[in-house]
Amino acid sequence: MKPAPFVYRRPGSLAEAVAALAGEPNAKVLAGGQSLVPLLSMRLAAPAMLVDINAIPGLDTITVEDGGASGVRVGALARHAAVLASDDVRRVQPLVTQALAHVAHATIRNRGTTVGSLVHADAAAEMPVVLTLLGGSLEVEGPAGRRTIPASELYLGPLESSLAPDEIAVSAFFPGLATGAGVAFQEIARRHGDYALVGAAALVEGESVKVGYLSVSDVPTVVDLSGVDDADLGEAALAQLEPMDDIHATAAYRAQLVRVITTRVVRSAREGM
Amino acid sequence: MTTKLMGQAVQRVEDQRFLRGLGRYVDDVAVEQDVLHAAVLRSPHAHARILDIDVSEVLDVEGVHAVYTYDDLASCTPQMAEPLPLLIPHPSLTHGRTQHALAKDEVNYVGEAIAFVVADDRYVAEDAVGRIRVDYELLPPVVGVEAARAAAVLVHDDVPGNVAARMEQSVGDAPAAIAAAPHRLALDLTVERSACMPMEGRGTVARWDPDLNRLQVWTSTQSSTGVRAAVAVKMGLDLGQVDVITPDVGGGFGVKINHPWPEELLVPMAARALGRTVKFTEDRREHFISSAHERGQVQHIEVGFDDDGRLHGLDVEFWHDHGAFIPYGLIVPIITSTQLLGPYKPQSYRVRFESLYTNTVMVTPYRGAGRPQGCYAMERTMDAIADYLGKDRAEVRAVNFIQPDEFPFDQGLVFQDGRELEYDSGDYPAMLEKTKALVGWDEFPAFRAEMAAEGRQVGIGLACYVEGTGVGPYEGAHVHIETNGKVKVATGLTTQGQGHATVFAQLVADELGCSFEDVEVVTGDTRRMPYAVGTFASRAAVMSGSAIHLAAKRAKEKVLRIAAEALEADEKDLQIVDGVVSVKGSPGTSIDLGTVSVLSNPLRYAFDEKSKAATQFSIGDPGKPPVAEDDEPGLEGKDFYSPERATFASGMHAVIVETDPETAEITILKYAVVHDCGHLINPMIVEGQIHGGVAQGVGGALYERMAYDESGQLLNASFMDFLMPYVTEVPDGIDIDHLETPSPLNPLGIKGAGEAGVIPSAAVFAAAVEDAERGRLPDFTIRAMPISPSELFHLRESQGQEQTS
Amino acid sequence: MSEELHDVRLMVNGATHELRVPARRLLSDALRHDLRLTGTHVGCEHGVCGACTVLVDGAPMRSCLMFAVSAEGAEVTTVEGLANPDGSLGPVQQAFAECHGLQCGFCTPGFLTTITAGLRENPTPTHEEAREMVAGNLCRCTGYQNIVKAVERAAELGS
Repeated sequence: MKPAPFVYRRPGSLAEAVAALAGEPNAKVLAGGQSLVPLLSMRLAAPAMLVDINAIPGLDTITVEDGGASGVRVGALARHAAVLASDDVRRVQPLVTQALAHVAHATIRNRGTTVGSLVHADAAAEMPVVLTLLGGSLEVEGPAGRRTIPASELYLGPLESSLAPDEIAVSAFFPGLATGAGVAFQEIARRHGDYALVGAAALVEGESVKVGYLSVSDVPTVVDLSGVDDADLGEAALAQLEPMDDIHATAAYRAQLVRVITTRVVRSAREGM
Repeated sequence: MTTKLMGQAVQRVEDQRFLRGLGRYVDDVAVEQDVLHAAVLRSPHAHARILDIDVSEVLDVEGVHAVYTYDDLASCTPQMAEPLPLLIPHPSLTHGRTQHALAKDEVNYVGEAIAFVVADDRYVAEDAVGRIRVDYELLPPVVGVEAARAAAVLVHDDVPGNVAARMEQSVGDAPAAIAAAPHRLALDLTVERSACMPMEGRGTVARWDPDLNRLQVWTSTQSSTGVRAAVAVKMGLDLGQVDVITPDVGGGFGVKINHPWPEELLVPMAARALGRTVKFTEDRREHFISSAHERGQVQHIEVGFDDDGRLHGLDVEFWHDHGAFIPYGLIVPIITSTQLLGPYKPQSYRVRFESLYTNTVMVTPYRGAGRPQGCYAMERTMDAIADYLGKDRAEVRAVNFIQPDEFPFDQGLVFQDGRELEYDSGDYPAMLEKTKALVGWDEFPAFRAEMAAEGRQVGIGLACYVEGTGVGPYEGAHVHIETNGKVKVATGLTTQGQGHATVFAQLVADELGCSFEDVEVVTGDTRRMPYAVGTFASRAAVMSGSAIHLAAKRAKEKVLRIAAEALEADEKDLQIVDGVVSVKGSPGTSIDLGTVSVLSNPLRYAFDEKSKAATQFSIGDPGKPPVAEDDEPGLEGKDFYSPERATFASGMHAVIVETDPETAEITILKYAVVHDCGHLINPMIVEGQIHGGVAQGVGGALYERMAYDESGQLLNASFMDFLMPYVTEVPDGIDIDHLETPSPLNPLGIKGAGEAGVIPSAAVFAAAVEDAERGRLPDFTIRAMPISPSELFHLRESQGQEQTS
Repeated sequence: MSEELHDVRLMVNGATHELRVPARRLLSDALRHDLRLTGTHVGCEHGVCGACTVLVDGAPMRSCLMFAVSAEGAEVTTVEGLANPDGSLGPVQQAFAECHGLQCGFCTPGFLTTITAGLRENPTPTHEEAREMVAGNLCRCTGYQNIVKAVERAAELGS
C-alpha cells in the first residue's frame, strides 16, 4: 500500500497553484490529504501530479461575513479542528460545529480540511450535507478567474463535484443561523467515528423544515418537510429518498433509521430554536 | 526471605523498551538502505486458471532486482516447487490440499500469491507488481458452506464434494438416548468468519551469509522452530544452517502459528539467490486477503433431556468452512467437536463434521480456535432447553455440570493433541455462584422491570466454557548463570505480547533465589533454544513456564552443590536470597551466584579478575579431574516439560445488554467474567489477557465479519469496513473474579489463560440480545452470529410477523 | 526514468534532519526508514488504526496520511521523543507501565503520542474524556481497559 509516483509541486501562491494545475490535466490538489492519501496508497487513484497548497499563505482563515448574506467563510486550509474550535463558527452557524464533531476522529480533524471534505464530495461525509442544507457555496479559482458555485450545483454524483479539474477551491461559505431558527445534527454509526449508517442535519425556520441526509443516497440530499405532521416526518422523508444497500445496512434498515433520525433531528432542532 | 513473585502483579520488564519506541519488530530489523523489499502479485479472482504470466515489462522498471513466478521455484530446489506442507496430518483428512509458494496453473482465492517481486524499496516493488500481466480463464467460485455442500462446483477438481475430511466421534448411543428422552429439541445455527487481525501483519527478513553458508531469518511467527524446519527442508539446507529469530511480534492471536507462509520461503530464496538482505512486510490489505480467517461454521444440533433439563443425549453435526486450502489440518473442527461439551456431562454424545473447501482465504486457528463455535452450539442449546422447560437458564446449566468430586473426568473423546479428553480439575458449581453474584443474576428481573418502566429493554446472558490448554508435545528451557551473576534464560516458543519476559523471570527468581532484575528472558530464537514447538493453545505459561521452572531447579541444584563445596557446608543448610548463597543462620558465610558461576568453569586462561579466580591453578582439588566425570563446565540448567495431556481451564461470562427498540443498536451495560486458570503467575497480566479476549469477543459477536460476495471478493478488506472495536465499542469496565483450582499435571499448578476471554462471546451475546428482545417478542430467537443492528432489525421484522400471524 | 527527489528538512524530536526523498515517500516511511526511528509503527496505511500517530507541530496526526515533503519545516515528535530529558519515562509512558496499558506494544506509540497531546489540551480529563481521548486508536490486545486507566493515571502524574 504505497502510492504510485507523481510529480509534486508546492506553490507559494494561488496563482502558481492554478498555473500548475493548468499544466497537467491529471493533477490533484493536496490539502489535508486525509481522504486523498488512502486512495493513493491503495492505488485507487494515481494522479500524475499533486499540487500541495499547504504553503500558500492566507488560506487557513475563518472569517465572519456580515452584510447582505451573513455567515462564516472557511478557507481552504482551515483544518476541521480549527473550525470546530472556532467560537465565531459556533455562534454564527452552530450546525457546522455540531456536524464537525462527527467528522472522523480528532487526529484526522487535526490535518483534514473542511473545504477538502466539501470538494471530495463523499455522500457519506458530514460537511457536504451541511453546506447543501444551509444553501452555502464554494468559491473556486481557475485559469478563468474566480467563481462561486452554489451548493445546490456542487454535487453531481458519488465523489463527483462540479469543480473543473483545473480549479482550486479557495473557501466555503456557510450562511449564518437566522434569529429564531434552529439546527441539529445527528448520526447513527456502527462505531464511534465511523462514516454514518445514516446521518441527518435539520434546519427549522418558522414553518420551514428541511432535513439533509448523508449515507442515504449517493449524493447529499435535502428534503423539504415543511408542513408535515411530526408523526409523519419519517415517512414523508422516505417518500423522497431511496436508501442504499451496503454491507453494513440493508436499504430497509436504512429506511428505518431515516424514520427514527428524522423525528429525532427535527425535534432536536426545534429544541434549539 | 525474598517475597515470592508467583502470584504478584509485577510490572512488565519489556515495557521499558516498548514505551520508548525501542521495540524491535520484524520491520524494524534491517533498516539499512541497501536492503531489498518484496511485493507480491495476488490473485484478483477467487477461482481461475492461469493461462499466461507476462513479466517482461517488470524488468524495465528501474530498481527491480528479480521477479519470480511458479516456474522459477524449482531453480531454488525441487521441493520449493512442491506444495507447502500439510502441517498436521490426520487419518480423517483424506483430501488435504495445500497451496504452492506461488500459484501453479490455478488460483483458488482472491489474494493467492502469483508472483514475487524484489526491488530497491516497497514503492518500486509495488510499481513492478502493477506491470505484471496475467491471462486468466475464470472458473465459477465456491463461496460459503452452502455452496460447498451443494458441490455444484468443485474448488479442487480431485476433491469430490469439496470435502477434505469427515470425522465422527461418539460416546454411548446419542440418537437412541435422544429418541428415548422425555423432551427433544433441534437447533440450526451459523457462525460467520472473523480474523485475528493483529496490529502488525506478517513479515519476514532473510540474510544469506555466503562466508558461513548460513541463512538467518527473522519472521513474525508463533513458531520459530517450525519455520526453521520448513525453511531448511524447502531450501535444501541442513537444520544447522538456518537460524530463525522471532523478534518482538505485534500480536498473533493464532494467525502466525500457521507456517511457512509463502513469503517465509520466498524471502530466503531471493536472499540467497541475490546475495542481498530481503524484506517482506505484509500490508493491511494483504493481511485481509492472504492471511488466515476463522470461525465460519453451520451447525445442526439435536438434544434429548428430562424435566430438569438434564441432558440424555446430544447429537451434533456441523460443516466447517476451511477455505481454499487446509495447511493446519483439522485442529479447529476437532476442537469445536470436543470442547463443545464445556463443563457438562451429556451422558451420550455423537459429533460428526465435514471440513469443506471454498474459494476463500484459508482458515487456521484464531484465538479460541474452534472453541467459540463449540461454546456457541452448546450454550445456545442450554438456553433453548431452559426456554422450552420454562426454567432458569443458570439452573439448567447447573444440573448438567461435572461435579468437583468427579475429577479427573474423562469425556470419552480424543482431543486435538491425540490424547484423551480428560479434564484434570475444576469447580463449576462454585464458579456459577460467583458469576451470578458478579453480574447480579438474581437481581436482574427487578432491574429489567425498572428499565422497562423507562421504556428501555435490557437482557442478560450467561455462557460457560472449558478450555483445554497447555497441549504438548513439549517445551524446553535453558538457564545460564553468568559470572557477573546475571541469569540468562531461553525458551523456544515465541512472544506476542503476553509478557513472557516478565512472568518467566518471576518463576526463575522464585526458584533460583536470584533477584528478578538480574533475569533476562529470550524467546523464539533458535540459536538459543533449538527445541521448541510454539505459542498456541494457551500453552506458553503452562509449557515453557513449567520447563523454565524445572530448568531453574536444575541450575539451582548445581549452584548448591558447588556452593556447598566452596562454603564447606551441607547443601541442606544453604539458602539463596537475592542472588547470594549463604548458610542459614550464619549470613556471613556466603558466596554470590556470579562467583559460583566462576567456580563452575575451570579455566586455563585468565582474562580479567573474575576469570583469574577460576583458573585451574586457583580452584579444584588437584587430586581430581578439573571437571568431574558426571559433570560439565558452566553454571547452567536445562530441562523439558512434556505433559501427558492438556490441562483444562474454565470460565463463565455474563453480560447485560440494552437494545434500542427503534434503531436496533446494541449497547453493553455490564460484562462479568469468572475465570479459572489454576494458580496465577501474574494476575495483572492474566486480567489483561481477559480484557483483550473480551474485546475481541465483542468484535466477533457484534461488529466483525468477513463480507464475501458471491464472486469471492472480500468486500470489507480494510479497517474502514472491517469493524474492529475501538474503546467506544467495548464495555466501560469488565468485572473479573478468579477461581484457582490448581492443575495436578504441572509443577506450578497452572492452566492457560490466553484465549479464554474470547470463547463465550458469540454465545453470551446471542443469549443477552435474545433475552432483551423477548420483552416485546416472547419467542424471539437468535440462530446466527455475529449480529449487527441491521440484522437485528430484520430478525425483529421476520419474527414479529411470525408471531402476529 | 528516475523519480524526482526532493530535499526535505524535518525537525524530529528536536534534531534537524536533511533528507532527499521521492515526493511519494510517506512521512511514516521517512521516519522509519530514512531516519531509522522505528518506534513509529505502521498498522494499516489508510489512517484508521492510529499506530503511526506522531505530533506535527504539537498536534497528533497520522504519519501514514502525510508525505514527508509536506512536513517540510514542521516539528515532529515521535514516541522516541516522549521520555524525560534525563531518560526516564515521561508521565504517559510511566502510566502505561504502571497500568499494564500495553501488551504486544505495536499500537502503543500511537496511543502515547495521542495522549500526550490530549493531556496537554485537557490536563484533568473526566473518565468520559479519557475514553474519548483514545477513541481514534485501535488496539487488538488490551481491550482498552488499562489504556483508559493509564490516561487517568498519566493525568495524576501530571504531564
